[in-house]
Amino acid sequence: MAHDATHDHHDDHHGAPSNFFVRWCMSTNHKDIGTLYLVFSLLMFFIGGSFAMVIRAELFKPGLQLVQPYFFNEMTTMHALVMIFGAVMPAFVGLGNWMIPLMIGAPDMALPRMNNLSFWILPFAFALLLSTLFLPGGGPAGGWTMYPPLSLQGDSVAYLVFAVHLMGISSIMGAINIIATILNMRAPGMDLLKMPVFVWSWLITAFLLIAVMPVLAGAVTMLLTDKYFGTSFFNAAGGGDPVLFQHIFWFFGHPEVYIMILPAFGLVSEIIPTFARKPIFGYKAMVFAIASIAFLSFIVWAHHMFAVGLPLGGEIFFMYATMLIAVPTGVKVFNWVSTMWGGSMTFETPMLFAIAFVILFTIGGFSGLMLALAPADFQYHDSYFVVAHFHYVLVTGAIFAIIAGTYYWLPKWTGHMYSEFWGKMHFWNSVIWVNVLFFPQHFLGLAGMPRRIPDYNVAFANFNMISSIGGFLFGASQLIFVGVIIHCCFFSKKKAPDRVWEGAKGLEWTVPSPAPFHTFELPPVIHDEELAHGHVED
Amino acid sequence: MTSGGIRPGSIKRAVAACALFALAMFGGVAFANPQPGQLNMTRGASEWSPEAYFLNNVALGVCVVIGILVFGAMFIAMFRFRKSRGAVAEKWSHNTMLEIVWTTIPVIILIVLAYLATGGLRTFADTTGSEMTVKVTGYQWKWRYDYVDYKGKAIEKVGFMSKLDYESDETRQLNSGLDPNAVKVDGYNTYLINVDKPLVVPVGVKIRFVITAGDVIHSWWVPALGWKMDAIPGIVNAAWTNITEPGEYRGQCAELCGQDHGFMPIVVKAVPKEEFEKWLADQQAQANPPAPAAPAGASTAAAPATAQATEAPVSQGHQG
Repeated sequence: MAHDATHDHHDDHHGAPSNFFVRWCMSTNHKDIGTLYLVFSLLMFFIGGSFAMVIRAELFKPGLQLVQPYFFNEMTTMHALVMIFGAVMPAFVGLGNWMIPLMIGAPDMALPRMNNLSFWILPFAFALLLSTLFLPGGGPAGGWTMYPPLSLQGDSVAYLVFAVHLMGISSIMGAINIIATILNMRAPGMDLLKMPVFVWSWLITAFLLIAVMPVLAGAVTMLLTDKYFGTSFFNAAGGGDPVLFQHIFWFFGHPEVYIMILPAFGLVSEIIPTFARKPIFGYKAMVFAIASIAFLSFIVWAHHMFAVGLPLGGEIFFMYATMLIAVPTGVKVFNWVSTMWGGSMTFETPMLFAIAFVILFTIGGFSGLMLALAPADFQYHDSYFVVAHFHYVLVTGAIFAIIAGTYYWLPKWTGHMYSEFWGKMHFWNSVIWVNVLFFPQHFLGLAGMPRRIPDYNVAFANFNMISSIGGFLFGASQLIFVGVIIHCCFFSKKKAPDRVWEGAKGLEWTVPSPAPFHTFELPPVIHDEELAHGHVED
Repeated sequence: MTSGGIRPGSIKRAVAACALFALAMFGGVAFANPQPGQLNMTRGASEWSPEAYFLNNVALGVCVVIGILVFGAMFIAMFRFRKSRGAVAEKWSHNTMLEIVWTTIPVIILIVLAYLATGGLRTFADTTGSEMTVKVTGYQWKWRYDYVDYKGKAIEKVGFMSKLDYESDETRQLNSGLDPNAVKVDGYNTYLINVDKPLVVPVGVKIRFVITAGDVIHSWWVPALGWKMDAIPGIVNAAWTNITEPGEYRGQCAELCGQDHGFMPIVVKAVPKEEFEKWLADQQAQANPPAPAAPAGASTAAAPATAQATEAPVSQGHQG
């Protein structure tokens, strides 16, 4: 596995280029590109969040007060697209870019120029997507799932399709890069089964990305030709089938859901052992569980379609397969709890977010199990119960894990400690308000409120108002996050040691803080006891 | 059926809300329409709807028990194994017995849930033995109901559009200045869940719905019936219900279908059989008046076909 550093030699010196344009726009450095991804995703998080604020403001009380229903639909559609493709996915790619080479002892990503390209496509993709809001005809309003025939009624189909194509190209290139890096560039002694769980989770996620992004590209291309070139893939009047789109879309869409949660599993599996000062419980089981969940993600897609009128056999198959996911997911949760049991725990901000992740993601998993039961899903489907479910797994799941990872590695990136006080303020505000925001939505769904509606019967008024208040305060709490990051990057006086956390293990803690522009130009000599999973027998 | 009059009077309202809370939680009486502060699904008002309700409660119970165990263990760990209490980290990271146990027990729980759910699916899928057929068609943004047959006899020309009632429609306009709380029928707030013309059906009759759409995908959802079914252009889906109690059951379109997706409610008015038969006869009489003279065009068109041309246009008509 030994190799020489293969990155290109356009700057042999050890510092970053001083020219701003050269440094950031022409970068081939995994750390700078990782930073670009993370800053971009934070920006998108606030843009997507502002759409959510419009939604919650309109739903604050019954009656339409602020926006027309069509604009409301644009907001729900854009909120989802921006958060999924702009905030969550790039954040994980950014964390992977920054940390995977550091964690496996590689000097950079395997394909540094492609790395630059995969990032710089994204601003253009989102410029294309967001520009539709300012064009006549407005943005896409048919939901992020783009179900035809409705999505074909919009005027922005071409913009949406090309934006999705660009995002897909970016994701596929990023995934290829991560696989090539992990499989080829590990330092000698970093065996596959000694890798951090985060690296494992990204390796598996990258395969999911390569498998499903082309499927999405195919689906949206068929939308494009149906709209502009007279084909009838999804047009019943021309011999097509609107349900075909849903099958193709969810064949992408369900693995996509796990693309957004598997790296989160990896992050939490790094953070909990660090702050429990105890090795992760059942390392191999954790890796195997991630792989099983990834496999199962390909055979459960039609549980998003229990109400489209599938034949009985189809409903039964997809129900059973979906329920099966609870087993590996349960194993992961039990293992995290067992890691904490018998540890010596401290509760710094990353650990607080990781613990909140375990509890709240599990609540999202519980509602997921309930949704898997098809006869009950005939009631839950497309109601606010579903909205509550996927926000528990995506906000308190994926996003809490991203925030935890950011606090965990921020001192390594910047060389300075963030403010623990403000980090904890951010945590407690987030964890309280996010529950005020999303928990009442379970009740709304069970009482019969459909999702994606701009206005509702007064029976739903109480919980909607509570939910909106939680939403505004959760949104405001995220400004604390920005404040903590800016303070840590530019103003913090407190130097971070190389091994930032007492219980932290792994190669990334053996390099200085801040991590120099180039690391591991010579492969490190690996001592198993330095690794979190150096001598794993289980 | 249930709309217990909740008035704006504050204390009265709070007491009533608490009572409804309790009912919603522990559901003795099944009310079918949304109530303020409602926390759980209702039992519904059809033969099948308790299946979904029962499964929901069982699954919720299972999740609550597992949640208490897992989160309980976590909180004990967070309390006992803190560094600040002098806890020293142990070294173990493996326990085969424990791992086998916590893989096996969830599998057993899942098998039980799957067994229960499969039963519910099978009964739901069985639309045979129905005594009545109603065709439901979704349009942007209203529903069309066509009565196809009843007790083995075809019904002709009984069908109508059903859309948001006028009062809700006025009130829901952006900055209309009208108060959604004021939209009431018999003291029950019907804002956005009332229609100009409800679907009238009999109680105690197995009704088969055939569901489709004319433009984009919609979804026909009345929570009291226990299910929703997508209305898809080019596809005809089937579902059934057998309503057990008379009442007005309200629902909404559940699949995003464009700008007025939130404004195409559903009202099913379930009435006793005799009342329904009388209503149906009235509708048929209106739709097929025993006109003394058929329109000239129709009779000339039919004339060459048969000798009894004069009767033809009246009772049967020609299906287009």
